[in-house]
Amino acid sequence: MATAVTVEQKWWSGGRSPFNIEYGKLMMWYFLMSDAFTFGAFLISYGTIRFSSNGWPDPNIVFSSFPLMGHTHLPLVFVSLMTFILIMSSVTMVLAVGAGHNNDRAGVIKWMIWTIIGGFAFLSCQAWEWTHLYHEGAWWGSNPFVNFDGSKASTNFTNFFFTITGFHGFHVFSGVIINIIMLIMAYQGVFDRRGHYNMIEKAGLYWHFVDLVWVFVFTCFYLF
Amino acid sequence: MEKTHLMVHHGHAEPTFSTKVIWRTFWILLIITCVELTLGMFVAPHFHNLKIMFNILYIFLTLVKAFYIVAEFMHLRHELKNLLMTIVVPLFLFVWFIAAFLWDGNSYKNLRNDYDPYKKEQSHIKAEKHETEAKKPGEVE
Repeated sequence: MATAVTVEQKWWSGGRSPFNIEYGKLMMWYFLMSDAFTFGAFLISYGTIRFSSNGWPDPNIVFSSFPLMGHTHLPLVFVSLMTFILIMSSVTMVLAVGAGHNNDRAGVIKWMIWTIIGGFAFLSCQAWEWTHLYHEGAWWGSNPFVNFDGSKASTNFTNFFFTITGFHGFHVFSGVIINIIMLIMAYQGVFDRRGHYNMIEKAGLYWHFVDLVWVFVFTCFYLF
Repeated sequence: MEKTHLMVHHGHAEPTFSTKVIWRTFWILLIITCVELTLGMFVAPHFHNLKIMFNILYIFLTLVKAFYIVAEFMHLRHELKNLLMTIVVPLFLFVWFIAAFLWDGNSYKNLRNDYDPYKKEQSHIKAEKHETEAKKPGEVE
């Protein structure tokens, strides 16, 4: 048997899957690719409008608040906390996928719970940030912040900010729901009866994609 | 069929998730994020004329982070090259997508500034500071 295996596999000659991957996982990859184009279109339209404007608000001024700290000037500290939470929850998700590979049900449950907590923590942070900006007078169609050079800014900045972070937040929310369903299924032993934890891997792909999008949203809105 | 599957697995050395690699990736992502934040908070505000250089640096660091998330967390680096190609090659459309649209936006700005000097003048008038200072009822402290 072993002698048939050569280093040079002929993947396209038939008889085996050229991708060597389960159907559902492959489709999840293609879905994520199309979702990447959706987010890409959003961020590129933001970039186009920004490039066509004579002025734009300074993120160091807009995002300088932190919960329970009053009127201190802490630029970007809160958003770095959010980034850290999301990266952390990505790590716990990989650990859940890894535990699934070893058919370790207790491990999957433990790490899925941590991932869900991370997801809720991120959503809470975002809810606080939105509330805070709303009370400062920022919303769709209303922008209280001035441009870098002190001139009056249009509402483009807030429109894009709330639309894109909202769309991302919606992805995080659906990711948390998916993760909760996966947790319940793992708890009920559905995957043990199936003999594999492929569903955890698919949910994991989605969750990492949400983290990946955040990396780009973070750069486009908070750093540029 | 069963046999082929077995052979495929043996031939490809089914990758396992090593905890060591996961944590190494975590530290890489965390350190890059910290570098970006340090630049954004403390370094870049002092060099306004170098803003474009900082932006290029941010893009580079962002792409490094994206690589590590996709390659290690999403495990794409350990999949077959056939699969990797069907996902990565279409993404190269972004090169055109980004370049064309940002170019267009920039050209629109220049054209409007050339042909509508009034609007350009208006866009540089300083705003009176009022809204940012105004405290709304129920503001979160």
